[in-house]
Amino acid sequence: MSTMTPEKTETVPAAVPARRIRQRGERGPLGAAVLHAGLALASLVAVAPVLWLFFLSLGPDKDSYLHPGKILGKLTFSNYSFVLEHTAFFDWFKSTMIVALGTTVIGVFVAATTGYAVSRMRFPGYKSLMWVLLLTQAFPIAILIVPMYEIFGELGLIDSYWALIIINCTTAVPYSAWLLKGYFDTIPFEIDEAGRVDGLSPFGTFFRLILPLARPGLAVAGFYNFITAVAEVAFATTFMLDDSKYTFAVGLQTFVSEHDAQWNYMAATAVLIAIPVSVFFYLVQKNLVTGLTAGGTKG
Amino acid sequence: MTVAIDRAPGKSRGDRAPRPGLVQRIKNGYQKHWYAYAMIAPVVAVLGAIVAYPLVRGLYLTLTDANSLNSARTIGVNHIDATYKFIGLDNYKDILFGPLSYDRFWSHFLWTVVWTTACVVLHYTIGLGLALMLNQKLRGRTFYRLMLVVPWAVPTFVTVFSWRIMLADSGVINQVLGSLHLPQPQWLEDTFWQRFAAIMVNTWCGVPFMMLSLLGGLQSIDSTLYEAAEMDGATAWQQFRHVTLPGLRSVSSTVVLLGVIWTFNQFAIIFLLFGPTGAPDAQILVTWAYFLGFGQQPRDFAQSAAYGVLLLSLLTVFTSFYFRWLKRNDQLAV
Repeated sequence: MSTMTPEKTETVPAAVPARRIRQRGERGPLGAAVLHAGLALASLVAVAPVLWLFFLSLGPDKDSYLHPGKILGKLTFSNYSFVLEHTAFFDWFKSTMIVALGTTVIGVFVAATTGYAVSRMRFPGYKSLMWVLLLTQAFPIAILIVPMYEIFGELGLIDSYWALIIINCTTAVPYSAWLLKGYFDTIPFEIDEAGRVDGLSPFGTFFRLILPLARPGLAVAGFYNFITAVAEVAFATTFMLDDSKYTFAVGLQTFVSEHDAQWNYMAATAVLIAIPVSVFFYLVQKNLVTGLTAGGTKG
Repeated sequence: MTVAIDRAPGKSRGDRAPRPGLVQRIKNGYQKHWYAYAMIAPVVAVLGAIVAYPLVRGLYLTLTDANSLNSARTIGVNHIDATYKFIGLDNYKDILFGPLSYDRFWSHFLWTVVWTTACVVLHYTIGLGLALMLNQKLRGRTFYRLMLVVPWAVPTFVTVFSWRIMLADSGVINQVLGSLHLPQPQWLEDTFWQRFAAIMVNTWCGVPFMMLSLLGGLQSIDSTLYEAAEMDGATAWQQFRHVTLPGLRSVSSTVVLLGVIWTFNQFAIIFLLFGPTGAPDAQILVTWAYFLGFGQQPRDFAQSAAYGVLLLSLLTVFTSFYFRWLKRNDQLAV
C-alpha cells in the first residue's frame, strides 16, 4: 500500500484545478503528467497480481515461483493441458455454472418484483422491509452456517446444488433488490400510468412495460448475483463434500493443501477461471457503473 | 382500475399529482396493497425460510452445548439423535467473561475493529482519489478505468491465491524488497505482518467498488455548481470541500455503510490468505467463529453460533446509530 498512498495525496488537490483549466482549453502539461503518472501507477498495482499469476502459470514446475527469472527461458502451456486433462476442472466448471446461473435466474426474478414494489408502491410494512433487506447484508455467515448445516442435513441437501443456490440468494437478493429499486426509480412513472390507462394490471405493467425497459438494470443485478455465487467460499467449502461437485472456489483450494502446494497447476486453473469471468465482467461493466450510481444516489 | 403508483420520484409528499376521490381511494386501498404484497411475497418467503428460521434455530443453539459429538448425525446407516442440552446463557458468559475471554474473544474483537476501520478508510480515500482522477478529461481515461477495475473483475478467491504466492517467504515481493536492500518481512508467518498483509490485500480488492460508485456520484454533480463556485472565486480546495463532498453525500453514506458491513464480515480473504488453520492472531471474528464451528474437532456449534449472534448484534447497533447520525445530519439516502 505504501506505493499507493503518497501518489494519491499529491494528486487529489492537483486534480481539481486541472479540471478548471481544461474547461478553458488550456490544460497545464504538469497537471496532465501528474494525473497520468498517478493513474498509471495505480493501474499497475491493480493489474500486477493478476499478470503475475498468468506469468507463473507458464512456468515448468511447482517451485517456479521461487525463481521467476528462469520461467522466461522455458515458457510452456503444459500446466494448462495437465489441468484440463487430469483434474476435475470440467466437473468444477459444471457445478459452478449450475450454482451461478441458478442463483442468477431465481435471484433476479425475486429481486425485480421486490424492487418494483418498493419503487412504486407504498404499503404498510414498507419501511421494515427496506430495513430487513439492509440488515440481511449484515448477517455474518457464522450465525447462519451452523443452523443451515443442520437444516440442510435433515433435508438431505448437503452436497446438493440447491443448498448453494438457496444460500447465495440470501446474500445476493437483498442487494439486487436495492439496486433494482434505484433503477426502477429512474424509469418515468408516466409509463406506468400509460399502461394503467390501457387497462394493464400492475403485474401486466411490470412484465410488459417495465421489465423490458429495465434491461440494463436487470443485467447489473444478474451480474451481481452471478459474481456473488461464483465467488462464494464459506458455504461451498462446508457444504460440498463430493469433489466432483466442488465449485471453482472450493476446487482451487485443493491444489494448495497443508502438505503439498502445486502452485503451477493452481495458477493455470486460476487463469482459466479468471478469463471468462473477466470477459463477462467487461461486457457488462458500463451498465454496472450506471446501475451502481442509480442504486447509490437514490438508495 | 388499480393504482400502481402513489409516489413520484424527487417530489415531496405535498406536491404529488391529485389523487382520486375518497370512495375510489378506499376501494383501491385493498387491491393496491394486495399487489404490493404479492410482489414482495417471494422475497419475504425466501428471507423467512432461509434467514429467519435458521436465525431462530441458531439463537436456540447458542443456549445449548451443541457440538459435533452430541448433535444429530448419520453415520453410515445409523442415525444418532441429538443429545445436547439446554445450558442457558453460559456460552455468552464464557465468551465474554470466561477465563479465556481475552484470548478468544476480546483480542479478535479489537483486531476486527481495527481491520474494519483501516480497510474502510483506505477503500474510501483511495477510491475517492482515483475517482477524482478518472473524472478528469484526459487521454486514455477508459483504458485506466478498465485496468483499475481488474481487482473487482477477477474473483476474489483467484486473486487471493495470487497474493499468497507473491507474499510467500521467497515470493516476488520479498525478492524485490531484497534486491532494494529493504527488510523482507515474513508476511504469512509473523502476526504483525499477517495483519498488515490482510489489510493490504483487502484494500486492493475493495477499492474498485468504491471508485466506481464514487465516480458515478461525481458524474451526477451538476457542473454549473463548479462554474458558480469559480465565479465566486473559490479555490480548488474550497470547491472540493463545498461542492464535491456535499454532492457525494448520499453515495458516500451508502457505500461507507456497505463497506463497513462487508469488511466486518469479510470471510474469503482472511480464510484463503492464511489457509484454514494458519494465523490464529490474524483471524477476525467471522473467520474465528467459522474455525470454532467447522475448523476444529470436535466442532463447537454452540459457541460458533453465539459468536454469530454477537456479531449480528454489533452490526445492528452500529447500523442503527449510523442511521440516526445520518438522519440528524439530513443526509439519509434511504
